Amino acid sequence: MIEVKNLNKSFSGNHVLHDINATFEQGKVNLIIGQSGSGKSVLAKSIVGLHEPDTGEILFDGRNFLNMSRTQKTDIRKEIGMLFQGSALFDSMTVEENVMFPLKMFTNKTAKEMLDRVNFCLDRVNLSGKNKLYPAECSGGMQKRIGIARAIAMQPKYLFCDEPNSGLDPMTSIVIDGLIREITYEFNMTTIVITHDMNSVIEIGDRVTFIYKGKKWWEGDRQSILTTDNKEIIDFVYASNFMREIRENMTKK
Amino acid sequence: MIKKLFENIGNFFQMLWIVFSKPEKWSVFRKRVFDEIEIIGINSISLVGIMSVFIGAVIALQVGFNMDNPLLPEYTIGYLTRSTTILEFSPTIMSLILAGKVGSNISSEIGTMKTTEQIDALEIMGVNSLNYLVLPKITAAVIFFPILVIFSIGLSLIGGWLALIISDLGSTESYIYGVRAFFKVKEVTYALSKSVFFAFVIVSIASYYGYYTKVGAVEVGRSSTEAVVTNSIAVLILDLILTQLILF
Repeated sequence: MIEVKNLNKSFSGNHVLHDINATFEQGKVNLIIGQSGSGKSVLAKSIVGLHEPDTGEILFDGRNFLNMSRTQKTDIRKEIGMLFQGSALFDSMTVEENVMFPLKMFTNKTAKEMLDRVNFCLDRVNLSGKNKLYPAECSGGMQKRIGIARAIAMQPKYLFCDEPNSGLDPMTSIVIDGLIREITYEFNMTTIVITHDMNSVIEIGDRVTFIYKGKKWWEGDRQSILTTDNKEIIDFVYASNFMREIRENMTKK
Repeated sequence: MIKKLFENIGNFFQMLWIVFSKPEKWSVFRKRVFDEIEIIGINSISLVGIMSVFIGAVIALQVGFNMDNPLLPEYTIGYLTRSTTILEFSPTIMSLILAGKVGSNISSEIGTMKTTEQIDALEIMGVNSLNYLVLPKITAAVIFFPILVIFSIGLSLIGGWLALIISDLGSTESYIYGVRAFFKVKEVTYALSKSVFFAFVIVSIASYYGYYTKVGAVEVGRSSTEAVVTNSIAVLILDLILTQLILF
């Protein structure tokens, strides 16, 4: 479980996050949604330590991340897997080397053990046999799946996904969403997904946190987000004509 | 501008403090050093070789054509070619050329990693990204630059000899005599010492500009250019300081 308490973050006087309080539960897919520029990526990057918050607490299963030494933070980070918006694969390495990278850095496994783990992870994301390809030779969807394979290589307790569906077609997005959900349940991870894809919200959002203008505006499950009367959420969720029609039909019923 | 200069210097030394920490895993570090020796050193051999032969030849020709005074012995050509090559051309001019080639390569490589979130990915995994990326490059350059300088000295002297023979400006014997005349080991020590300092400065400055690149392709290009310009100036300033310190 990850808890965020009274988190504030500003850049050069521009206050981006205002007093955020949120809890992200273990074994669930926790979504952070909001418009572009609302501060959701800053929130995620603050939680994993890529941004230093101004004030607040971030607790990883009760361990306060912000009070830790660099070594302790490094240890926590070994428990975190992250899928980046652009996949962030090391382009000078093959698929196999990318997934093997954290194992080589932080474990004392033999070459065979590492290869077995890599093959397991690649198999888990349906990329068996693609070991020797380079990221540049893979499609966007494949790169995301390689990113997931690398993120789970160390059997992390916490998984962060920053806009996992951006730039992907709807079919591939569904595959990626499905993988994130399956992996979360299978390995009982605390998963946080940053997205503004409503399909993901409906498909995989066990808990949804809505960020609006840098504030936590709303929190609930995927059912209640469709029925809430909160104006900002309605504007966000039913922004498209298609979604507005669905809402009108739901209201008529 | 002064404020920015001091900010950069402060950030640069902060970066070095993090770079020179213990590597996470020595086996990974060792492999990275060998990879970087190939990228920074071995891949520069052809450029260094071509430049050295031609510049050695030009030095010999220029000395030969300017030797109007009959009192000057013929071996002066070999002597001056050797001195110029060892004292200045091979360590300094070669470093300036490598500041362009290696410096822009390092800066754009790290800068691209920054903009494509690969550095964030390293940090999230718990890897000290500066240590992982920069320390092997510095180590490789510090090991291999002196080798390139020795290689460059040898090829320059061969270039000078070839030019002399082709232009019929002197004999092989007098050239070899000149190359060996009044030889001081200190000159070679000075050249190799300079190359170690230049290697460190070139790689660390290029890494600094690459690592602190702002987001965007334009910024990667800008960082690369700034790295080469700063490196060139730093090499020249360091050349002056080291010459004063070592030779006098």
